[in-house]
Amino acid sequence: MNATRRGIITALPIVGAGVLGLGFWRILSGMRTGTFDPRAINNPQVGKPVPNFAIPGLPGLGDGFTDAELRAQTRPVLVNFFASWCIPCVQEMPGLRAISRDLPIWGVAYEDKPENASAFVKRDGTPYARVASDRHGRVAIDWGVTGVPESFLVMPGGRIVWHGSAALDPALFESEIRPHLARL
Amino acid sequence: MFGPEQGHFALALACVLALVQFVLPLWGAARRNGRMVALAPYLAVSQLIALAMSFACLVLSAVRDDFSVQNVAANSSIAKPLLYKITGVWGNHEGSVLLWTLILGLCGAAVSVFGRNLPDILRARVLAILGGVSAGFQLFCLLTSDPFERVFPAPMDGQGMNPLLQDPGLAFHPPILYTGYVGFAVPFAFAVAALIEGRVDAAWGRWVRPWAVAAWCFLTCGIALGSWWSYYVLGWGGYWFWDPVENASLIPWLTGTALVHSAIVVEKREGLKIWTVLLAIATFSFSLSGTFLVRSGILNSVHAFANDPARGVFILGLLALVIGGSLALFAWRAPSLTSGGLFSPISREGSLVLNNILLCSICAVVVTGTMYPPFMQLLFGRTISVGKPFFDSATIPLTLPLLLAMGVGTALPWKRAQLAKTFSHLYAATGVAAIGVVLCFWKLSGILPVACGILAIWVIAASVSDVLRRLGLGHTGVRGMIARARSLPRSSWGAALAHIGAGIVVLGLCGMSQAEHAIVEIHVGETRSLGGDDWTLLDVHDRIGPNYKAMRADIAIHHNGRLVTIMHPERRDFTTQNQTTTEVSIHTNLITDLYGVIGDRHGSGANTTYVLRLHRNPLAPWMWLGGLVMAIGGAFSLSDRRLRVGAPKRSSIRNMARA
Repeated sequence: MNATRRGIITALPIVGAGVLGLGFWRILSGMRTGTFDPRAINNPQVGKPVPNFAIPGLPGLGDGFTDAELRAQTRPVLVNFFASWCIPCVQEMPGLRAISRDLPIWGVAYEDKPENASAFVKRDGTPYARVASDRHGRVAIDWGVTGVPESFLVMPGGRIVWHGSAALDPALFESEIRPHLARL
Repeated sequence: MFGPEQGHFALALACVLALVQFVLPLWGAARRNGRMVALAPYLAVSQLIALAMSFACLVLSAVRDDFSVQNVAANSSIAKPLLYKITGVWGNHEGSVLLWTLILGLCGAAVSVFGRNLPDILRARVLAILGGVSAGFQLFCLLTSDPFERVFPAPMDGQGMNPLLQDPGLAFHPPILYTGYVGFAVPFAFAVAALIEGRVDAAWGRWVRPWAVAAWCFLTCGIALGSWWSYYVLGWGGYWFWDPVENASLIPWLTGTALVHSAIVVEKREGLKIWTVLLAIATFSFSLSGTFLVRSGILNSVHAFANDPARGVFILGLLALVIGGSLALFAWRAPSLTSGGLFSPISREGSLVLNNILLCSICAVVVTGTMYPPFMQLLFGRTISVGKPFFDSATIPLTLPLLLAMGVGTALPWKRAQLAKTFSHLYAATGVAAIGVVLCFWKLSGILPVACGILAIWVIAASVSDVLRRLGLGHTGVRGMIARARSLPRSSWGAALAHIGAGIVVLGLCGMSQAEHAIVEIHVGETRSLGGDDWTLLDVHDRIGPNYKAMRADIAIHHNGRLVTIMHPERRDFTTQNQTTTEVSIHTNLITDLYGVIGDRHGSGANTTYVLRLHRNPLAPWMWLGGLVMAIGGAFSLSDRRLRVGAPKRSSIRNMARA
């Protein structure tokens, strides 16, 4: 074995370790900014039309909505599954209020007593354009929701193009959702 | 005297001592300054004393229920039994990092004490490297994971410990496993020191091997203990889940096993030098990355540590320094290491090379399977999980030739073997394996379990026949054999034992592949049969424990009308932590485990039913017993006179002359 070949071979480990290290660094910085979630799960609904459903509204917050109404929209809509018993949902509320200035948000209260959900939404001002109650979580199953909060970006015509399972804030909105809106 | 502030101070002192231990001996060795070089062992021992003081302070805080210490408040409570107050110290992130550094300190002190026959310069460099690694992790402990942090106002009682961790098996699993992980720091330090010196020779191989074997024994025991814990505490009936935390211990075990074998070639034949140095670096690097990446939250694991990306960044920086630094040194210096003796492919060396290739291939498979999910998500944004089907189908085909070679390897002579002569040594083992073929086809189903079973029997038979051949069976009488047994090196006994242990583990795994289980919902008095046994639920009653309420079942097991045992699985409700645990009941006769778990209660009154999970696990205990036999084999090999005495005088004199 000549000297150059030996040199190249003995340099391979550090190159490999360097690539791995770089990957870990990217993952860690993604975890800090919220763009990388090691526990994320693919949502099978992304890329598909919204599933069929019709759910009632919450007391004092108007009627519920159906998949037909969602499909009939001419602007993108963010569908947000939440619950009054969910702490990240509480943390998410100010972020949602900020996002609702750019994008209408339709809320779905997941496995929650309607009066609790209603009080929770009204407490600091609702971010939701419309809100409905999925009392027993049946609709959430069709959407492939694994927990709350989860959000879906629904395009005009009713196609789901993005799914997120972290509490939203304006920074995440800019990095994850805005690019989809720009493509319209 | 032993308060948390004193502990904190002692840790800081240890960190300073470790930094001095890193700088002075290296500088002294470079400048040929004898005084600085001679300082290294004293620094290592003082560092250990400071660390022990620090650790004692943390243990005392926990024992005294000092809830003003955040770590104690978060993980302990007044009602916790004393044993778990002590062992709970390392049941959490901060405490376990302190334990980690304490064990590293112990390794340094051990090198100082047991390494007296090493050349001074080499020992100083080894201690300096250990000091550098120590300093880094003590800084990590001080800056990001301070176990002595106070909380104000102090709570009246602590939050208690996860009841799953209140178990003797888990109490001693971390120290043993960490000793394994950290122990590989010593071969690592030897490798780096050899790279700095630019010289690897037979003596180096002889010095490194006992440290690698010792670490390997602990790691083997640690893995076996962890697997046993998950078997009898979690109550899932499984023993290995290919979880990232488990893989993190398996990866260094695989490279460590390769290291233990390749160091033999360095010692006996001065071959595979560069490769052995790389293995020593890789094993410790994997130990480090495994333990710490799990804690940064990158790898998605069922073993929850408080995940903190900020901590992760510090760890990553530290890993980059330790691993990157050593690999850079390797890339720079390794090409100049000259390789030694030549050998033909069919020889002891050749079989050890094959062993290394196969072990490293299995290691590559495990690394790929563990790293695939996060990297796929990073590169392509797709989340996937890699589990048992991948690992089983990728590792088992690599294990088969490994087992085959294990039987042949010890029968081969060094340099060049004559195939015909070697095979003549293996007739007996082949005969036993042929009986094994019948046995395996009769008892096991599935092609891979059958193949593994046959080869496991082959390994055991070949190891036994190898020892008998060395004892001169057929050539000398009983008295002659006993005389030979006395003079046979302990390391030969050790190797045979370790190989037999590996065979036993594989047989256990094969047996477990035939495990049967049933989930039944039955009334009191009903009977269900599973694998030829009749399980009858006799009664279920409530019981109050020290810090839990339990539902306890009495299950009678009959085999052909004969009572085998009455078992009492429990379901415990820990009210303070709001957590339920299952207390598995296991009846074993060392051949088959009967394993019962009680689940939910449904209905009420006469209509009450209970969910029971019944398992019949053939050869389950063999998996852990085999692990123990492997570790005992390693320990035997450590007690070999040649290793205890260290390098022969001739080479140590030669080294001193060169230094």
